[in-house]
Amino acid sequence: MTALFKHDKPDNRNVLDHTAQGIIGQPLTRPEGILKVTGNATYAAEYAFDECLEGVLVTAPFAKGQVNSIDEKSVSSMPGVIKVITDKRLTARAAQGTANEAPKQNVCEVHYWGQPIALVVAETFEQARDAAKHLKFDYTEDTDAIFDPEAADSETEDGATQQGDLAHAMKQADASVDLHYSTEGHASAAMEPHASIAQWDGDTLTVHASLQMLNYNITELADAMGLKEGKVRLLSPFVGGGFGSKLGVSQDVVAASVAAMELGRPVRVVMSRQQVFQTIMRRSETTQRLRLAADADGKLTGFGHEALVSNLPNEEFAEPVTQSSEFLYGGENRVLQIEVARINRMTAGSVRAPGEAVGMPALEAAMDELAEKAGIDPVELRLRNIPEVHPSEGTPFSSRKLAECLKEGAAKFGWDSGPRTPRMQREGEWWIGTGVASAARVHNVGEAKARVTLQADGTALVQTDMTDIGTGTYAILGQIAGEMLGMSRDDVLVELGDTKHPRGPGSGGSWGAASSGSAVFVACEAIAEEIASLLGAAKDDLTLKDGIASWGGQTRPVTEILDGKAITKIGHYEPGDTEDDYAASSYGAFFAEVAVNQWTGETRVRRMTGAFGIGRVLNEKTARSQCLGGMVWCIGSALTESLLFDPVDGHLVNCDLAEYHVPVHRDVPDMDVILVEERDGAASPIQAKGVGELGMCGGAGAIANAIYNACGARLHDFPMTPDRVLAAMPAD
Amino acid sequence: MKPFDYQRAERLEHAGQLVADSGAMAIAGGTNLLDLMKLQVETPATLVDLGALPLDTIAEADGGLRIGALVTNTLTAADARIRGEYPLLARAILAGATQQLRNKATTGGNLCQRTRCYYFTNIDQPCNKRDPGSGCGAIKGIARLHAILGTSDQCIATYPGDMAVAMCALDATVEIAGGDGSTRSVPVRDFHLLPGDTPQRENVLEDGDIITAVLLPPPVSGQQIYRKVRERSSYAFAMCSVAAIVDQADGTITRADLAFGGLAHKPWHDPRIGELLVGAKPSLTLFDKAADLLLENAQGYGENDYKIPLARRALAAALCDATGLTA
Repeated sequence: MTALFKHDKPDNRNVLDHTAQGIIGQPLTRPEGILKVTGNATYAAEYAFDECLEGVLVTAPFAKGQVNSIDEKSVSSMPGVIKVITDKRLTARAAQGTANEAPKQNVCEVHYWGQPIALVVAETFEQARDAAKHLKFDYTEDTDAIFDPEAADSETEDGATQQGDLAHAMKQADASVDLHYSTEGHASAAMEPHASIAQWDGDTLTVHASLQMLNYNITELADAMGLKEGKVRLLSPFVGGGFGSKLGVSQDVVAASVAAMELGRPVRVVMSRQQVFQTIMRRSETTQRLRLAADADGKLTGFGHEALVSNLPNEEFAEPVTQSSEFLYGGENRVLQIEVARINRMTAGSVRAPGEAVGMPALEAAMDELAEKAGIDPVELRLRNIPEVHPSEGTPFSSRKLAECLKEGAAKFGWDSGPRTPRMQREGEWWIGTGVASAARVHNVGEAKARVTLQADGTALVQTDMTDIGTGTYAILGQIAGEMLGMSRDDVLVELGDTKHPRGPGSGGSWGAASSGSAVFVACEAIAEEIASLLGAAKDDLTLKDGIASWGGQTRPVTEILDGKAITKIGHYEPGDTEDDYAASSYGAFFAEVAVNQWTGETRVRRMTGAFGIGRVLNEKTARSQCLGGMVWCIGSALTESLLFDPVDGHLVNCDLAEYHVPVHRDVPDMDVILVEERDGAASPIQAKGVGELGMCGGAGAIANAIYNACGARLHDFPMTPDRVLAAMPAD
Repeated sequence: MKPFDYQRAERLEHAGQLVADSGAMAIAGGTNLLDLMKLQVETPATLVDLGALPLDTIAEADGGLRIGALVTNTLTAADARIRGEYPLLARAILAGATQQLRNKATTGGNLCQRTRCYYFTNIDQPCNKRDPGSGCGAIKGIARLHAILGTSDQCIATYPGDMAVAMCALDATVEIAGGDGSTRSVPVRDFHLLPGDTPQRENVLEDGDIITAVLLPPPVSGQQIYRKVRERSSYAFAMCSVAAIVDQADGTITRADLAFGGLAHKPWHDPRIGELLVGAKPSLTLFDKAADLLLENAQGYGENDYKIPLARRALAAALCDATGLTA
């Protein structure tokens, strides 16, 4: 019943190139799209349960200290108030991605401004919200909270790379740069706020929540609640964006669960937009030092990338700033290192493309300065520095299309490889410039299972706890099954986001498609094998297309072969030796054209081209949309996005979508995506790699480089807001 | 949100009586007030809905236009007479908020919108405007959006709007019905107040007052420019904005009415700037002198220091635009 594929060797059979249905890779519209745009997709908070109570989290108005007591009586006579929950099981933080255990509990101990400390439950949402604002509690505020990463104690992350003598390489270099960069904190800013409805039937806890990784989340929730995992069910069939903020079980999930168990009625907890900003994961701010040394040919001889990031005490996560810097470019003398400062801002965790999102723009901006110093075209400089093997580990690369992306992207964009003097192009009061950056994002996979049933009527059912956070999981899993079993995607029903289904790693780290997609593939291969054996045909001789099986010159409808019976297989994909044997990553290149206003320093991106190698493209439309979304994030992180923390009490001040500036439609210009043909058998048995994050891994650097090319302002601080551009602008 | 009563005013006098009650607040489009109520920044006992009052038309009056207080921003910006004769106003409105907000936001409500100071909108923070005497969180905090002109040690918030900045340059007048049945007119230039020691008081409205209209004076000749500087190109408050009406004859400036947004607790108008410019020939040196006047008493608070050079450059840009001078 279960078919296992252990990925110990690259799978270069490219099975999906030899199947007959012809839908894999096609730009099919997502099957749930109509439900979403017509408001008929039910999100976590939208289920109508009888007798449902409403809970609102109460948060700490101080950054460090102790809640001594909570005065439930201060609100108990307010209209509709049922209960103030102060249970020890409440969680102070969201769990980190793949934590697989309860996040920090004991909410009385406060480590950041806005930390949940209690839940007020009332008959209506408005009553609960009003009571939450009026709840009185006694607390002792510590005076030693630290908000400035530079002023805090820091520790060095394990896994630092020290190779050769970088200082010497810098001295000997024909061209070198030694530069300091900073990036501000980012929020995921998913459209759907974190929300849960918990139900307790006396035996089992069922929670509708907005989560990305149910297989981990169920363990985190069960651990927090002190329940056996078998007594918990989580459902997240639709998730309105995650971007990492819903990797781990969040505070609303546990709070709703505690309340539902205590009160014996369903309880809904929806975070306000401000709470989402103030209590869920932030991307750490970073300061970075880039040292690049090159010889007379522009070949890197030294490569240094060091970063200071921050997190709360006792959090393992450290923004992996140098992740792709480890292998993107050569240079035998290497220093790569990350330090973590312990400060009292809310938990730092995964926000789309942790590491590369902020590390790559700095690296790519430094490469631009090196190109200028070396007098080499920046595209050419990158092409010259693509290493043969992983520069510090010596492992071979799996498929890598970096050079193709740089060349095809340059051609499509119309890159001018002539001299790149700033201020050469002007339209009215706008300076126009162009910039390039490489893209890289490590490829990840996780163990995944999926159940596929070929029904007696010839249709198929795919079931897994994998989520679709807007990425296109419903679309691609249906396409893989349809392709493998020989039917249109409309004949495949995909059920996701329910822990009663076989488990996968969920959505995060761009690993969903390659992991759960492979599990579906493995299940379908097993089904095809069984059909072949029913027919007495050789497996490789069997073709399935449009419900017809063909083999050895014969054909027969699949329904006839099934003869009233369904075939069910669980596909089990298990990562293996290929993970260690190959350095697998997705690659790409960004080209940006910007206009910088000579008066005000306002910068607008005018057009952008992204070329990406993501292995096999499973659905050209959803893959392209992922890339476009990433490129929009590039614009945000280059120009506008920045979490602003009060220097006095450490609270996040810009905690809504009016003041945390993601790009608006008008900021997003004509954008062109090229998907470079690629198969990567070391990445997954469907030869696909991750795509969800790649589109934002470096593009902000292309925009920074374009700003310099436009107006001569060389900035080292992201985001490059008008005030910063003006301050760096050379005198007229 | 604190529970509240809701009443719909049927007639203007009725509205005046209702809003004069303690704890009562008028609501029109609600685009600002409802947000503040959800945040518990505003906790009215009663909302008096003005939506049924007959204040929703734009009419010709005294050679100019009378814009009813309930005319939405969308309708004002789309009105052919406004677009033709007062393009500055249409442009300023379209530079603000989003289409959805402009569809609901009204003329009177827009004039009364509250600051977007981060400390004002967070009830766990000190704010002399929201809670007089509690202090100002912004002065030592994140003051990126804040004022550089006319501040006090009590408050450095800005008036966030765009529409009123244009009205200020146009020298429009606010028509107000008093709770006692009287009617009075206040120039937009005098409608908003500086924070001083009473930052909770943002404009001249008294209890029971209802804005009934804004009167635009007869149209004038000249170039009309609205330039708003912001990080993203929509749905962001001004880092600095400039409204300018400039006319020239024979290479000499004959009219220069300017107002500034994002710099102060009110749309900023300094009559000395017009006096300097009128009669002079456009030049970058002249524009720099205008900026010297504008910024004579400017004070930065660290985070917003950038506004001082930015305002200088935005002013020069607007005047270049208006006069056709190229830098």
